[in-house]
Amino acid sequence: MNVMADAWLDIGALEEIPLQGARVLKTPKGCVAVFRAADDHVFALDDRCPHKGGPLSEGIVHGHSVTCPLHNWVFDMTSGQAQGADEGRVATYAVRVQAGRVLLDSARLARS
Amino acid sequence: MGRRLVVIGAGMASGRMLEHLFETAPGAFAVTLFNGEPRGNYNRLMLSPVLSGEKTYTDIVTHDDDWYAAHGVTCRFGEHVTKIDRGRKVVISPGGETAYDKLVIATGSAPFIIPVPGKDLPGVVTYRDLEDTDAMIAASRPGAKAVVIGGGLLGLEAAAGMATRGAEVTVIHLMGHLMERQLDPAAGYLLQKDLERRGIKVHCKGATKAILGDGKVEAVLLEDGTVYPADLVCMAVGIRPETRIATDAHLEVSRGVVVNDQMQTSDPAIHALGECVEHDTQLFGLVAPLYDQAKVLARALVGDAAAFRPVQTATRLKVTGVDLLSAGDFAEGPGREDIVFRDPGRGIYKRLVIEGERLIGAVMYGDTADGAWFFSLIKDASDITDQRDTLIFGPGFAGGSKADPLAAVAALPPEAEICGCNGVCKGKIVQAIQGGARTLDMVRAQTKASSSCGTCTGLVEQIMAMTLGDAFSANANPPMCKCTDHPHEDVRRMIKTLGLKSIPAVMQEMGWKTVGGCASCRPALNYYLLSDWPTEYVDDRQNRFVNERNHANIQKDGTYSVVPRMWGGVTTPAELRAIADAADKYAVPMVKVTGGQRIDLLGVKKEDLPAIWADLNEAGMVSGHAYSKGLRTVKTCVGTEFCRFGTQDSTGLGIKLEKLLWGSWTPAKVKLGVSGCPRNCAEATCKDVGVVCVDSGYQISVAGAAGIDVKETELLCAVATEDEAMEVIAAFVQLYRENSRYLHRIYKWVAKVGLDWCKAQVVDDTANRRALCDRFMLSQSIYQKDPWAEEPKLRNDFAPLMDLSREAAE
Repeated sequence: MNVMADAWLDIGALEEIPLQGARVLKTPKGCVAVFRAADDHVFALDDRCPHKGGPLSEGIVHGHSVTCPLHNWVFDMTSGQAQGADEGRVATYAVRVQAGRVLLDSARLARS
Repeated sequence: MGRRLVVIGAGMASGRMLEHLFETAPGAFAVTLFNGEPRGNYNRLMLSPVLSGEKTYTDIVTHDDDWYAAHGVTCRFGEHVTKIDRGRKVVISPGGETAYDKLVIATGSAPFIIPVPGKDLPGVVTYRDLEDTDAMIAASRPGAKAVVIGGGLLGLEAAAGMATRGAEVTVIHLMGHLMERQLDPAAGYLLQKDLERRGIKVHCKGATKAILGDGKVEAVLLEDGTVYPADLVCMAVGIRPETRIATDAHLEVSRGVVVNDQMQTSDPAIHALGECVEHDTQLFGLVAPLYDQAKVLARALVGDAAAFRPVQTATRLKVTGVDLLSAGDFAEGPGREDIVFRDPGRGIYKRLVIEGERLIGAVMYGDTADGAWFFSLIKDASDITDQRDTLIFGPGFAGGSKADPLAAVAALPPEAEICGCNGVCKGKIVQAIQGGARTLDMVRAQTKASSSCGTCTGLVEQIMAMTLGDAFSANANPPMCKCTDHPHEDVRRMIKTLGLKSIPAVMQEMGWKTVGGCASCRPALNYYLLSDWPTEYVDDRQNRFVNERNHANIQKDGTYSVVPRMWGGVTTPAELRAIADAADKYAVPMVKVTGGQRIDLLGVKKEDLPAIWADLNEAGMVSGHAYSKGLRTVKTCVGTEFCRFGTQDSTGLGIKLEKLLWGSWTPAKVKLGVSGCPRNCAEATCKDVGVVCVDSGYQISVAGAAGIDVKETELLCAVATEDEAMEVIAAFVQLYRENSRYLHRIYKWVAKVGLDWCKAQVVDDTANRRALCDRFMLSQSIYQKDPWAEEPKLRNDFAPLMDLSREAAE
């Protein structure tokens, strides 16, 4: 069976992700953090801070940014870019919500 | 006579389309108009004023019988079209078959009915047409109880209308704030406040479980167990395009009936417009684009070139006395910047969203006078670079010179009132400053200005800057974070004096500069609110740092440590066996004894937390809160039970103190020690609160430290009995909870307020001590619970949302 045949992968209901929180999607290439902002926008980023590998999914979500729980690096969730003085970028995944379901572009998850 | 045009649905869009058609090509078509409702076109948008009694049905009729007659429209009102036969080009209705050359589907939308038990009970209505409106009017007798499910545009208009007629209305809304699609949380908060002032109760984050009643509606039951009695329930949770007839005719239907730029469906003889269509994957619910569609379709029907292009639309809530407008795209995004203006005193909030050189969105509350101007800037995509500094003040300031903040204050006359709470005018403040008051605290002490609610602090500082010039350095006390100009102390004081009970309330009333705060202010505000309003504020774990959200300490590799509570550091063989079994079962990489006399299981995976907690719960253990800004541990020595030097039962007192204090949230962690004699084996004199037992009783000392700073405790008082010791300590901890800034340990807080002040509050003033104790116990009645037992019941997000790692490995 290959779940990744479809580019848009249904990873769950929007309601399963807490508002201003995140859930994790485990993949063979590591974890992807799927965030839900206060305005119901959804974002998907590698769940790994480029600084010391902190799990971004456990960070505090504010606006469309997330703060890494280990050393407070702040990332723009749309671009994955570190904000302020810190330099670094987290890979992002295209993600959208349709009829209450969260769909993630799984093309990048497939094993190369 | 011309060709035959059949229109299904007499809504606002089709009415407008017919007007255009008769203007551009009179006599081109013989029109037959079907409508399910037993009446013709009326202005559905005006149902709200009809509901509130400001208008009647006849006021809102847009086309009357004479108009239909004058244009030769055959009216088939009250008659549903049941089928379209595309092959023979006829529509079928109870009155027979009607042939068409061109057909227009304008069936509009149907309300969502949430599928809960009781949804079909008499007394449950939606809010779409005149029948619904009449039902609500009939039910809105003074004193009647109405529940509106849905806090969006329509639901709030229904609620306000029924409230105007005297009904007691409750709005239940699933989301965290009202009108979340049009408003951000701050504006949603202002709206809620306004509605509550009109006597409408608002229940956000409320999920409807069932509608109760025997033969008719009697009450609404929510998932959280709340029950609202109701004589009428209005469901206004949303609408969906009414597409059934198009689907049955095998036209292309996605979410709505799919049309091209000429409003043509997949059948060239059939057009559609209004809320039932989908154009370029978009649906339409506001009237402006529908009128544009009407114009395009009227031309398309007579063969003229025209194309529909959706444009930006603004939303306005039609509730008398509530001034609210949102336009464009106001979500946050990369490269987008906010300009926020808040005037807490007048309840005004404005937010502009800028992308590059353009204004792309606006939310306004309380003052929408400039709405049209902003809206035109959005629509025209005007370059606003030059006006950016004054943009938020509207066209009156457009292009004006940069405002000097001090100029406005300098222009005030000496008798202008600065501090409304204490009636202090500008002249008096200037006098005090010239008389030697060089700091804000000195001005406060001498004039009382800004010493109550604090909203005028900024003004007072500006007067100081103006009077002292360079000699004044504002904000000796820095703001709590980049989101605000207020230091922690101001925020705490205003939460109390203004009675602010939610994070959006604080952010609005205190002029937060960001939307949603940051990782620094949100946990602090969450603590201040739960500490000051224990029975009213609802703790939100998303405002908390990871350790408190997951009730375990995150380690550098993303695993967690688990520490069971050992009251006073005492354990049993049975507990030790259970801990050992858990360590084996979950392959815990390290088991370590902590400095606070506990056992730490390090390296537990997040998804295993609920299971290991359940196992330890089973053995009678609860969370040790080793991760919290709260009561951590009470370290004890063995005291008189076994020690030959002990003077009192220090172990027993330690256990009692821990049972009293556990579960409480505090500004920073709190550690206690109880030593049975002055040899001090429990190291009580470097703790936040330490008790040293002596022959005559108990010496309570506070404000020690053994971290970055090392500091010996200072004596608070000596008491004779255990009961007194417990009361003093609970009162002292509560004093700290109510007054310290977030993340300050007790020793830092005491250094600021002074030990003498603490003594006066909890030692000398016994009535105050008891009051502090009572407030502490009230808070404990809510917050003293074991998260290991509670949390897994409340949430399911410990496990991954989905695990693809195994499937891919196959």
